[in-house]
Amino acid sequence: MSEWIEIGPLDEIPRLGARVIQTPLGDIALFRTRGDSVFAVQDRCPHRQGPLSQGLVHDNTVTCPLHNWEIDLESGRALPPDEGCANTYPTRVENGVVMIELATAR
Amino acid sequence: MRKDRLVLVGNGMAGVRTLEELLKLAPDKYEITVFGDEPYGNYNRILLSPVLSGEKTIDEIVLNDLDWYEQNGITLHKGSKVVTIDRVKRRVIAEDGTAAEYDRLLLATGSRPFIIPVPGHELDGVIGFRDIEDVETMLAAARQYKRAVVIGGGLLGLEAANGLLQQGMDVTVVHLLDTLMERQLDKTAAGMLQRTLEQRGLKFLMETETEAILGGDRVERVRFKDGNEIEADLVVMAVGIRPNIELARQSGIYCERGIVVNDTLQTYDPRIYAVGECVQHRGITYGLVAPLFEQARVCANHLAEYGIGHYEGSVTSTKLKVSGIDLFSAGDFIGDENTEEIVVQDAAAGIYKKIVLKDDRIEGVVLYGDTADGAWYFQLLRDGTDVSEMREQLLFGQGHLGNAGHGGENTSVDLPDDAEVCGCNGVTKGEIVKAILEKGLFTLDEVRAHTKASASCGSCTGLVEQILADTAGEDCSVAPHAKPLCKCTDYSHDDVRNTIRQAHLTSIRAVMETLDWRSPDGCATCRPAINYYLISTWPEEAKDDPRSRLINERAHANIQKDGTYSVVPRMWGGVTSPQELRAIADIAEKYQARMVKVTGGQRIDLFGIKKKDLPAVWADFNKAGMVSGHAYGKSLRTVKTCVGSEWCRFGTQDSTGLGIKLEKMAWGSWTPHKFKMAVSGCPRNCAEATIKDFGVVCVESGYELHIGGNGGVKVRATDLLCKVATEEEAMEYCAAFMQLYREEAHYLERTAPWIERVGLAYIKESIVEDAERRKALYERFVHSQRIMQKDPWAEIANDEAARRDFEPLEIAEPSSLES
Repeated sequence: MSEWIEIGPLDEIPRLGARVIQTPLGDIALFRTRGDSVFAVQDRCPHRQGPLSQGLVHDNTVTCPLHNWEIDLESGRALPPDEGCANTYPTRVENGVVMIELATAR
Repeated sequence: MRKDRLVLVGNGMAGVRTLEELLKLAPDKYEITVFGDEPYGNYNRILLSPVLSGEKTIDEIVLNDLDWYEQNGITLHKGSKVVTIDRVKRRVIAEDGTAAEYDRLLLATGSRPFIIPVPGHELDGVIGFRDIEDVETMLAAARQYKRAVVIGGGLLGLEAANGLLQQGMDVTVVHLLDTLMERQLDKTAAGMLQRTLEQRGLKFLMETETEAILGGDRVERVRFKDGNEIEADLVVMAVGIRPNIELARQSGIYCERGIVVNDTLQTYDPRIYAVGECVQHRGITYGLVAPLFEQARVCANHLAEYGIGHYEGSVTSTKLKVSGIDLFSAGDFIGDENTEEIVVQDAAAGIYKKIVLKDDRIEGVVLYGDTADGAWYFQLLRDGTDVSEMREQLLFGQGHLGNAGHGGENTSVDLPDDAEVCGCNGVTKGEIVKAILEKGLFTLDEVRAHTKASASCGSCTGLVEQILADTAGEDCSVAPHAKPLCKCTDYSHDDVRNTIRQAHLTSIRAVMETLDWRSPDGCATCRPAINYYLISTWPEEAKDDPRSRLINERAHANIQKDGTYSVVPRMWGGVTSPQELRAIADIAEKYQARMVKVTGGQRIDLFGIKKKDLPAVWADFNKAGMVSGHAYGKSLRTVKTCVGSEWCRFGTQDSTGLGIKLEKMAWGSWTPHKFKMAVSGCPRNCAEATIKDFGVVCVESGYELHIGGNGGVKVRATDLLCKVATEEEAMEYCAAFMQLYREEAHYLERTAPWIERVGLAYIKESIVEDAERRKALYERFVHSQRIMQKDPWAEIANDEAARRDFEPLEIAEPSSLES
């Protein structure tokens, strides 16, 4: 059963940045791109579990602050030649409010 | 909507490399068809030598097998030679009648060996050394016949000779001059090479010119102009190559020695491009792979219609392995009556190194046997660096500048496969070799990306480059001087900075738009660099962009591997007080710090602080009168001191006092890389001032000022800048030096490599000799500090909105999570 949860106003998330939410599934990073798209990615780098939310955001990618792996925000996959994947969660923005669906980890 | 059609004529390394680069940029733009007259996929021609000598098989040198073409949707007509280009109808036609229409045509027809037109050159058994068919002919000859003659004692001739020797033939090399490989070696190095090869069993006829090749159907003898003759069952011509331009010329494309192209690799017909050995660019044709790969990159850029690349020609150095011997040469290594030479020769150890200098600058280099420092000399040569201050250590290599290096291995050839080459990332020689072969890597950057070797501290770079030259046949890395700032652009650090200055740009967006950045948000490499260049060039107008700072500088603390942070308050000159210590202890307990540690910078570090607690920790420190120690920044870190005349029986000046003054002047400044200082009270140097970016050693008559020291991976002792008499002067020189460093060094360049790059003489001129310039630099530093010197902790602790960034997002209805 799908469960959309309301997080808060989009403006709480800095553009080209991220905020973290604490959930029973662990910390999840909510990224906001330059074009105001929101992506939800597990806040653990597939490499050595670094906090992706602290990385530098560019286009639809975040560079992990620990060892510079680049993670695609949409799929959670590390960019080649690195290999690995972080969980991602569906999000949407309704009337300026960010929603996340936690039941379906991808 | 029909895709544009791209036809590539020629299936060799330059052409296919262009396709690879194009597929990275615009994978769906073209329908691609390739015509190659050899019946294979694309293979590494440079590695034909090891195939001839039996060290590799043909399969092992294939770069793109037939599957690759299929997987990328490329139609390959192998064994199909194009004989006509109809530029009006825009189609090419091959010998067998296969035709293809094009919107864009890329010619990469390469070159062919020059066969000297002496009588008998058409006999059976007279060949060049260019392709797989030649290698197969040679291997067959080696099985049936005995005697081989190789005409031409250049790189290719020696490789052919060595290969045939390995296959059991009796080989004689014939050369017109008295010096082998005269384009890469001077007489001494060539002599050493010849003697080593003679010991292996090769024979040489030097200063000998071929007159005729004699025989019935097959070659039997070679006659020379001096009347001598020798028996030969196989004659290999290795006297040079000629670009294959007949097809282009017949089709009306303008050619001279090669197909003439402009800086975007276009011929006179704008729909037709050309790359590789068939090309003539600014009057020059190239025979080494590195320039051809550069051409491929620029050409692909234009085929993808990005339009921003320029090929300006290549300055080449040659880094090769000839029959297992490392060679490096660059520039004018012969010299004349206006140049001087520094030479190191150890014949028994097989080492010869020569540097040719003119006006204190490197004009040329030849290295035989030990080539680890080749890239460094080449960079000094290209940059025209004044090397007068390091003359005496120059030939001992970069590792001997300053003092000890780490690691110390100079040659990779004797390392076993399980030897660890990269200590930071634990990468063995075998892993590097495997990656190079399996993934077809050619440059240092590619090896870094795929294996992480030399991607962290970089001290094993020399070794990795050798392994690359050995395994891939050549090291095709672009010399650092021309290196673009990052993948988003072809512009260098200096280009970007000069543009910011000249065009008065004050935002990252403006820089990216002006310079046509490939990626609208840049990347983790360029955003912090551009941010730094902006705030250091226009301190009043440019606004710092927190989103373009890497984590530590954004969080003003040091991230640890478990995601917590360490916090370091400033401790001026390493001096504290009971009150400060109590505050540190109380804060450590209140926020449950898991470790309290004294740092090398003479202050205290609290570990295990959670991000959300940082603003509160800072507010508490501020209450105790303490500010950020910037332990995380590309900024002034610390000023270490030892006690001076105030306490110490040997102290000549008040080193502690001066240290605190320097720290109060310089804290809060942003610099290209971390900047560390120290002040010692006497030459015993207890504060280790001579491994600092700026160090002061107090003496009876004043203050010795030292610069460019580095205490990290590669320990480098300082260079002495000058001596001054007063504290005020010491501070003025310090500020001037810092400002020069801030304005001119590249982002992430420590003072040591910067000084080595521009030359100590330049620094001395700007700071010591030119008093006016020094004062102006001092003023600019002070002015910048008026704007920049603030405690980031206080700023954030007092800013409601900024504090929120440190806390997790509060969910509107947390109960909705429980289900």
